[in-house]
Amino acid sequence: MSARNRELFALIPAALLVSAGFAAVFLSRDDLLGGLSGNNQVSNLSLTYGAIFLGLCVAAHLVLRLTLPNADPYLFPLAALLASFGLVEIYRIDDGLARLQAQWFVIGLALFTATIVLLRDYRKLERYRYLIAIGGIMLLLLPRAFSPVNGAYLSIQIGSLSVQPAEFAKIAIVVFLASYLRDTRQLLVTAGRRVMGITVPPLKHFGPMLVVWGSAMLLLFFIRDIGSSVMFFGAFLAMLYVATDRLSFVVVGVVTFGLGAYLVAGHIGHIADRIDAWQDPFNPELLNRLQGGSYQLAQGLWAQADGGVLGKGFGQAVLRLSGDPNCPTLASSTVNCSLLPAPHTDFIYAVIVNELGLVGAAGLLCVYLLLVQRGFKIAMLARDSFSKLLATGLTAVFTLQVFVIVGGVTKLIPLTGVTLPFVSYGGSSVLANFVLLALLLLVSDRARREAELAT
Amino acid sequence: MNKPIARLFLVALVMFGALLVSTSWWTVLRADDLNHDTANRREIIRAQKVRRGTIYAADGSAIARSTRDDEGVYHRTYPQGRRFGHPIGYSYVSLGQTELERERDDDLTGLTNAITTTFDQLIGKAREGDDVRTALDPKAQQLALDEIARVGQSGAAVALDPRTGAVKVMASAPTYDPNTITDKKVRNAALQDDKNTPLVNRAVQFGAAPGSTFKVVTSTAAIDTGLFSPQSTINGDSGVKISAVPLANDFNQDFGPIDLRTALVKSVNTAFAQVGEKLGKRTMKRYMERFGFDRKPQLDYPKDSMSASVVAPNPPGHAVSPTSRFVDVGRMAIGQGGLQATPLQMAQVAAAVANGGKLMKPHITTRVVDRDGRTVDTLEPQVQSEVMKPSTAAAVTDMMVGVVQSGTGTKAQIPGIQVAGKTGTAETEFGAKINDVWFIGFAPADNPRIAVAVTVKGVVGFGGDLAAPIARDLMDELLK
Repeated sequence: MSARNRELFALIPAALLVSAGFAAVFLSRDDLLGGLSGNNQVSNLSLTYGAIFLGLCVAAHLVLRLTLPNADPYLFPLAALLASFGLVEIYRIDDGLARLQAQWFVIGLALFTATIVLLRDYRKLERYRYLIAIGGIMLLLLPRAFSPVNGAYLSIQIGSLSVQPAEFAKIAIVVFLASYLRDTRQLLVTAGRRVMGITVPPLKHFGPMLVVWGSAMLLLFFIRDIGSSVMFFGAFLAMLYVATDRLSFVVVGVVTFGLGAYLVAGHIGHIADRIDAWQDPFNPELLNRLQGGSYQLAQGLWAQADGGVLGKGFGQAVLRLSGDPNCPTLASSTVNCSLLPAPHTDFIYAVIVNELGLVGAAGLLCVYLLLVQRGFKIAMLARDSFSKLLATGLTAVFTLQVFVIVGGVTKLIPLTGVTLPFVSYGGSSVLANFVLLALLLLVSDRARREAELAT
Repeated sequence: MNKPIARLFLVALVMFGALLVSTSWWTVLRADDLNHDTANRREIIRAQKVRRGTIYAADGSAIARSTRDDEGVYHRTYPQGRRFGHPIGYSYVSLGQTELERERDDDLTGLTNAITTTFDQLIGKAREGDDVRTALDPKAQQLALDEIARVGQSGAAVALDPRTGAVKVMASAPTYDPNTITDKKVRNAALQDDKNTPLVNRAVQFGAAPGSTFKVVTSTAAIDTGLFSPQSTINGDSGVKISAVPLANDFNQDFGPIDLRTALVKSVNTAFAQVGEKLGKRTMKRYMERFGFDRKPQLDYPKDSMSASVVAPNPPGHAVSPTSRFVDVGRMAIGQGGLQATPLQMAQVAAAVANGGKLMKPHITTRVVDRDGRTVDTLEPQVQSEVMKPSTAAAVTDMMVGVVQSGTGTKAQIPGIQVAGKTGTAETEFGAKINDVWFIGFAPADNPRIAVAVTVKGVVGFGGDLAAPIARDLMDELLK
């Protein structure tokens, strides 16, 4: 069966999930304590979200048929599965948000199509790599001009819209690094000297890498979000490793980042708070602190324990403390008002574990893992270095993003302000991830086409 | 470059594995701890949404039920008020649960409801509590409370069906109203009332000396071992030295040589003390344990709210084994010597004799029924222990019939029904005349359907005068 036909069939699970999921939420709608907006009227329009979303997926699939006939068949359906799952969960949390998320999906798919059409020959990107890099860094630093959220400068408020430029910046940086490393990879390895068994590359090539490291530190310092820093630097290290096949670079990188983070982060108030909360979330003093306490993390953990192995059932997560007239809207997701603050973004994983249990969470992680596997497979199939590095970098940044947020919610690492790709609510996240997806498919199409021609 | 890419994928695998482990940590390994953390309000909030099951009396009237307000939050009410404050207890989100509400909490909140289908699980069908049906008789319970209150300040009564162990009455006076206990003032007053302790269920907690009612245990041991028969002769004079200290009969009466039956009918202390000494501590211990002494009752009731019936002589001032050197076996055999028995335990003594020697496990709950009327659980009668041979039971029954017919328990007679029983009067330390009075018995003697134990504390008088009439009225009501 051709790749595109397999893809069409693979979209069926997403279709079923959306239908079943909305049906389940619809059926459990008489529960009065759920729903952040406290709105219990099931609007007929709500049910059409699923239908519209599916329609869009089929439309996107048709685009792929026309433009990228050879691309990996499972990448898009996996992403569609995640997106539809996220949509159902967000719908269950709040109707209004679901409608907004669906709108973002529409725009995302449009961007997806645009990327595919415009960047058919994505190698064009190499020509503008420095421009892209600078653009990326500017995007990252832009939120500094606005007010912080939870201590971190991650978003920009434009009217009622909240944009997270970091999501786009990550793609830009990966593109730059892919191109740069492609050029310098040989030199980094062969022209270097060996110091204590570690290959130290010549300064003029090592220089830009130091710049990257420095940027990551600056990021940390200016943006005050350790999750984003970890993501970028991790992607950089992954690409460096793949480009040079030198584990020593990675080790040095990790150590220096760790040192830098330790020195810098210790002095940044809210990061120190996050680390305290991470170490002892159930400490009553931390729990009750209004700003910078561990309430959110503790509630997330309780929500997960409440879910158990099988979960409480779709639509059963208790999100709001009952009968409190001071907490009517999503905006009042402050301590003691909401039982689980930010359930639609940071803590959507906790809601999923609460409703679907360990089994559901394992399923979700599996889907992400499959996506990651497809991504790396594409990287391996690609025939030229830029493509390989690009695919590697995009997949690495994706993996790290999932790791950082799920790790934070499950207290594996301190909590940061990163979103769960395709599942979390968030316009920028949706758009950026669709662009990421498009790029991967572009690389995949070229790789498989060339592989076919070669045989 | 493919090799490093492959290795990178392995790293990704490890990372995802770590995520799975960390998720499992909270959903499985530490889940119990977290769910029971008092700072975690999830269960409380969830419990407010769940219709807690209704607890029903034997006649179908509701003892405890949950009513829903317009916010969807359920509130617990007790339509019968103070009548069943004990042994039902209360269940409030703010106060927690006590007594039967606590013991049956899993059933009442539907936790024991197996999620029947995965579809139910998927749509998260609202959890519903199951209803608990009991054998409790409201009329008899009220009668017990009223009559005890008329006689003294505090006391308790337990009535069991000796054939099944079902608890029909478990009254502890004074009691409290579970509807008002949420009020802080009411609650504080109740907690600070050291004299009356209305929140204590005297039927199962904090035993007291059972006095001569314990002679039934001694008689059982005596006859069942074959060492005595109802016709055996014993010296019934007053002043016999028991453990080198003279023991007196009631009113210092001398009876001369009498048979065992007469000794029970007339409740002769010295006779039974000698029987106890003859039987020895080991035998007494053996039979006490068979009756259930020394262990907490096997009642469907929170274990930490029940007391085992023990012997606690002074010295040493705490509970010891009946074979301990501190025990004066003669005085123990007549229900003194540090014995502390609960009314439930003494009711079980009567029930064992009534049921031909087979002691049945006591239980308040009879059935657990779900919202749709389907029986989820039935508490089948279970044998707790084989206390004595049927022939012994028949012999002791005959002796106890004698007590009511012509002995100290004549005030327990019911016209037309043969009652078997034993009176008890235990001196308290509050003064020579102030006693805890007791009566245990069962009826009808030839085919017993009810076994009771009644006690009133701190009164001037005798078991035969004060406790026996209460027991009579109780048995009469329950046999109707």
